Amino acid sequence: MEKLTVQTLSEMQQRLKSEFEASKKTYLLICGGTGCHATGSIKVKDALAGELEAKGLNEKVQIVETGCNGFCAMGPLMVVHPDGIFYQKMKVDDIEEIVTSHLINKKPVERLLYKDPVTKKFIPRHDEIPFFAHQMPRVLRNKGVIDPESISDYIARDGYSAAAKALFDMGPEDIVAEVKTSGIRGRGGAGFPTGMKWDFTRASKGDTKYVLCNADEGDPGAFMDRSILEADPHAVLEGMIIAAKAINSKKGYIYARTEYPLAISRLQIAITAAKEMGLLGENILGSGFDFDVEIYQGAGAFVCGEETALMRSIEGQRGMPRPRPPFPAHKGLWEKPTILNNVETLANIPQIIINGGAWYASVGTETSKGTKVFALSGDINNIGLVEVPMGTTLRSIVYDIGGGIPNKRKFKGVQLGGPSGGCVPEHLLDTPVDYEAIAKVGAIMGSGGAIVMDDRTCMVDMARFFMDFIQDESCGKCTPCREGTRRLLEILEKICDGKGVPEDIDLMLELSEMIKDSALCGLGQTGPNPVLSSLRYFRDEFDAHINEKRCPAKRCAALLKFEVDPDLCKKCGMCFKACPADAITWQKKEVAVIDKEKCIKCMTCFEKCKFDAIF
Amino acid sequence: MSAIRPQHPDISDDMWIKVDEIIDTNKNTDGSIITVLRECQGTVGYLPVELIDYISAGMNLPNSNVYGVASFYSLFSMTPKGRHTIKVCTGTACYVKGIKEVIIRIGDKYKVGEGGTTEDRRFSLEPVRCLGACGLAPVMVIGEDTHGDVSADKVIDIVDQYK
Ligand SMILES: Cc1cc2nc3c(=O)[nH]c(=O)nc-3n(C[C@H](O)[C@H](O)[C@H](O)COP(=O)(O)O)c2cc1C
Ligand code: FES
Repeated sequence: MEKLTVQTLSEMQQRLKSEFEASKKTYLLICGGTGCHATGSIKVKDALAGELEAKGLNEKVQIVETGCNGFCAMGPLMVVHPDGIFYQKMKVDDIEEIVTSHLINKKPVERLLYKDPVTKKFIPRHDEIPFFAHQMPRVLRNKGVIDPESISDYIARDGYSAAAKALFDMGPEDIVAEVKTSGIRGRGGAGFPTGMKWDFTRASKGDTKYVLCNADEGDPGAFMDRSILEADPHAVLEGMIIAAKAINSKKGYIYARTEYPLAISRLQIAITAAKEMGLLGENILGSGFDFDVEIYQGAGAFVCGEETALMRSIEGQRGMPRPRPPFPAHKGLWEKPTILNNVETLANIPQIIINGGAWYASVGTETSKGTKVFALSGDINNIGLVEVPMGTTLRSIVYDIGGGIPNKRKFKGVQLGGPSGGCVPEHLLDTPVDYEAIAKVGAIMGSGGAIVMDDRTCMVDMARFFMDFIQDESCGKCTPCREGTRRLLEILEKICDGKGVPEDIDLMLELSEMIKDSALCGLGQTGPNPVLSSLRYFRDEFDAHINEKRCPAKRCAALLKFEVDPDLCKKCGMCFKACPADAITWQKKEVAVIDKEKCIKCMTCFEKCKFDAIF
Repeated sequence: MSAIRPQHPDISDDMWIKVDEIIDTNKNTDGSIITVLRECQGTVGYLPVELIDYISAGMNLPNSNVYGVASFYSLFSMTPKGRHTIKVCTGTACYVKGIKEVIIRIGDKYKVGEGGTTEDRRFSLEPVRCLGACGLAPVMVIGEDTHGDVSADKVIDIVDQYK
């Protein structure tokens, strides 16, 4: 393929745009993210292709497999362009009807449209569904719109214009200045100002420098970076090219989680296409600037998301952090000056260069500019990917976008920032999305995982769960983290088992302070947060476990009796039907009885009982 | 080229050829040991001691170094795996949505613990920390297939299809 120059890139953009505008085609934008693949979108897509062929519609209708659309819980999803009609939960059997009714007779298939859970009305148009209507897509501007495996789709949406501008019209200082003006802070968790990081690395002496992209996304419950890579991989590559120009680097690596096969394959396709077209490699766009990118797959260690550990891992060593300074800006990968940025940070860069830092900073709060992507999951109606302006309240995310809590349950808390972040309770839901404001309520912005928990979640059990994670992922290099988190976990396990004593609380607090002060890296320093955060807002649950040997949320098996309360039992038989051990006896119009001899304490009956009658 | 191939019941001649190719492609690239271990595990199914020794020799790295890497990363296994690996997500979203009950159910039915393999080597049960498909929580992956929304009472029906 012929390599592009600035000139031909711009011509190509013009041509693709006018072709698209002149096109009278209908586009079927079918979601091809990991979530929709799992719910069967590939079969649906194949069926659609077959049906279009059978009805002779191939010329007029085109299927585009996009990256993650964001509304993951409703998959498989499709948006019909230009009508903007949104279809959800499509099955192969629905395809014939969609094609005949919608595409031929222009009548959308009502039963597959989104139905508002409150008003019970159908909302046919994508942009009118509250989940989408309250969002501000910037980083995610191409999600669900382009085919991530097609470089021309990206180019048609002004792709690589920012790289061209940076390579031809801007010097390193100009780029750094623009990024500083934007006020963007690292989206990987720590929130360090990106412009400053770039400036340090730019000023650092050395001929060899590296640009690294952190796509390790180890934080469980976070899938922002995966979705960006699956939906718009070129945006990340373009961000890396601009970073490379800013520090004069020739080589970049993307450190990607091995658990993300689809993201890795799309990235690889993007890199190959960009190289073929002269957008990566030697003499990019004829500018004389060389920059190459390689994917490096991780091997399943959470701590490798930490910057110094990540660099050791690329060097082929055990991924253990080292003390800083020296900072990566001076001594990073192979001891050379290195920039490391998160996927979302880098994906923002092209728009900052094109539209200007001031444009970017026009949205947000005093100290937190632009938008932030959240992965909303857990006990919430609208699970999915959400991009909101900084300053939006958590309440708006949970209720306006997330649609509230399912099954008439009550909201208990939203965990932000992963296992070592914190849980924000109901009375603080009006906290805005802002690095400082979130820190003030004892959580962290983190990378964007937001896991909503309802009143059936036991906060002591959650603290135990998070501590188990941290203890398991501790690399073992420093004692406070290795031993301290293990002791914390033991105490929490004891409390969940009903063997806690009142002194345990003080012991945990003391240990926590010690670990925070003395651990080597961020993993250990923030490790005690699950304990501190849950004690701060949910102390009563700890007290109930310790003093009354009672688990108010009924999750800790050791503290449950596995008996049915005859006053609450509605005699529905749901528990009886669900029990895998045949331990429940029940007959119509009779209260269920659990045989404790047979019961394996699997908790299925608790899950099934809608009336909280089992205790 | 490299050391003499040791005998190993789980490594066929074809696999050895592939292993040699992997070593040859990567041996001059700094830091490629993790890639080599991953690809070799992909070929053989796990990393037997003899294979790790062979890789160390081929890559010209101290044994201790390669063992250190192999034992650090949770992706690598030095014990044989079942025909099907059931990855159960133990990430936060899946935990909140009840993966614990799912794991108990699988363990009970097939007599296998977390990280273990059934006696007949039909299944390995592997907990993983978030598969990034939290929208479908609780999530389980068997082979290449992702299964979302796997409640405890449905899970056995799904797993049992893998023979
Ligand atoms: C234990 C630990 C795990 C981390 N995991 C990630 C991760 O998965 N992804 C990420 O982007 N940053 C992660 N970070 C933060 C990185 O160290 C680093 O600050 C970040 O990648 C820098 O990019 P940014 O400035 O664009 O945010 C982690 C930090 C720690 C201490
Ligand atoms: S927590 Fe299970 S897929 Fe993310």
